[in-house]
Amino acid sequence: MSDAPARPRPAGGPAMPAITYNFAYLDEQTKKMIRRAILKAIAIPGHQVPFAGREMPMPYGWGTGGVQVTAAILGADDVLKVIDQGSDDTTNAVAIRSFFAATAGVATTTRTSEASIIQTRHRIPEAPLASGQVIVYQVPIPEPLRFLEPRETETRRMHGLADYGLMHVKLYEDIAHHGHIATTYAYPVRVAGRYLMDPSPIPKFDNPKMDDSPALQLFGAGREKRIYAIPPHTRVVSLDFEDHPFAVQRFAAPCALCAAEGVYLDEVILDDAGSRMFVCSDTDHCATRQADGHTGTMRAPYGSSAPSSPPPPPHAGENETALAETVPTPSGERP
Amino acid sequence: MTDAPLLLAEGLTKYYGARLGCADVDLTLHAGEVLAIVGESGSGKSTLLGLLSTALDPSAGRVSYRMRDGILRDLAALSEAERRLLLRTDWGFVHQNAADGLRMAVSAGGNVGERLMAVGARNYGAIRAEAADWLGRVEIAADRMDDDPRTFSGGMRQRLQIARNLVTRPRLVFMDEPTGGLDVSVQARLLDLIRSLVATYGLAVVIVTHDLAVARLLSHRIMVMKAGRVIEHGLTDQVLDDPREPYTQLLVASVLAA
Repeated sequence: MSDAPARPRPAGGPAMPAITYNFAYLDEQTKKMIRRAILKAIAIPGHQVPFAGREMPMPYGWGTGGVQVTAAILGADDVLKVIDQGSDDTTNAVAIRSFFAATAGVATTTRTSEASIIQTRHRIPEAPLASGQVIVYQVPIPEPLRFLEPRETETRRMHGLADYGLMHVKLYEDIAHHGHIATTYAYPVRVAGRYLMDPSPIPKFDNPKMDDSPALQLFGAGREKRIYAIPPHTRVVSLDFEDHPFAVQRFAAPCALCAAEGVYLDEVILDDAGSRMFVCSDTDHCATRQADGHTGTMRAPYGSSAPSSPPPPPHAGENETALAETVPTPSGERP
Repeated sequence: MTDAPLLLAEGLTKYYGARLGCADVDLTLHAGEVLAIVGESGSGKSTLLGLLSTALDPSAGRVSYRMRDGILRDLAALSEAERRLLLRTDWGFVHQNAADGLRMAVSAGGNVGERLMAVGARNYGAIRAEAADWLGRVEIAADRMDDDPRTFSGGMRQRLQIARNLVTRPRLVFMDEPTGGLDVSVQARLLDLIRSLVATYGLAVVIVTHDLAVARLLSHRIMVMKAGRVIEHGLTDQVLDDPREPYTQLLVASVLAA
């Protein structure tokens, strides 16, 4: 509470008692309940465990599930990093980071390597996660079969019987209509050879990072009140067909600011004439690389006090192929 | 055709609360045999079909099925996983309303391929080739393969439903009024198709219908139901040409001659 803004006091009246929160906002009983759900989720990798989700002081869709998981596992000596679409400085990330700084007084960071808990929306950081780290995903829709089979009673039975043929029907439809698997985010995975799992709306680019990760991965869905988990070093396989194997997005050009290759890039529109640039979606990774002296085509060298005028942005059309489609495989021809 | 029955029902009874669905039905069905269950609306035909196909749990009695390994097993004793596997490999179910048996938002090819994927097919090219082959057999044009069934006519939907069921080469198919709601020329073509598929693949079929013409055309044997009970059964020609029960006589007599 130390850095909470001082509340105005009515002149002459009695002093208003300062609002105090329990550590990390939630009461101890609630945290205990959530921890039990987390333990169960870890014991059954990929299985959705219901929990008595609480109302949080933020709307559904803003990470209420992730926040409750983070609150339940947060300790006083943890270092918290929060990202939203890879960025440390977007509204959602800033709000959640300051929420825990205020209610738990924990240290926060933007450096992936320094964080012990990383709460994320829609990305996995580029820097490899290490043993001992926990990554908490915010999940809008935990059920991967939801849009194929709307009945919750039926999807539960399908999970129970590992009856997952239907998910391949979705991938079949992708190939039949687009010639390749066109699902690019929330790409379904099979965890530890058993449960089908929605990895939350991360780009499929990040799917391989979940496999055999040394970090503990926790998923919280606030609206649907479900928690699921991938323990460290668990097999996570993205679904595919033998003749249409899983492949991640590739980018034709490196990051325009830090020249990183093999990372996930965001498209930034620069003007209304169609100029755009592609930059790292992971802001921490990009900043770290720039500090290390890597310089992309559209950035002044690191350390120059006033950035000299950057080279003119590529004109519309020139960079049309910057985002290459999923690389087709040799056998991937449509029959 | 062996002597052992494929499907065996003993004393099947179903109550919906105090109301009777069907009572004391015994039947045997051999491989390659087509059995028609006829009767007016509310006579318990669909209840019986539901009981046989394990969609409903009987209040009394039991249903056994001879698995591919030759052993007759009580269906109530199967685990849910075994029952599901049976339903989508060795059995088929053709619904009266095609929307109940199809995924309307999934392309025709995907509908046919679903069963293959459910039993573990993971090669897109092979699944697609098999689906195309089956669509051809039920006379659906190859260029409609990637269209979804919402764009299909009623007759096409029924044919698609049949292809979707037959793709895993089932031995037993349940049909609930497969020609209901179709106009007569489409009905005739569909019946023709069903008859040729039944003959080609040696399917055993339990078909529920209120249309005696359909029963005569397709079935070898016929069961007549009234108020939840089987009142007459025998060879189709025999029952339809020489009905013994007054109710059957009434049914036969009420068919309009064209």
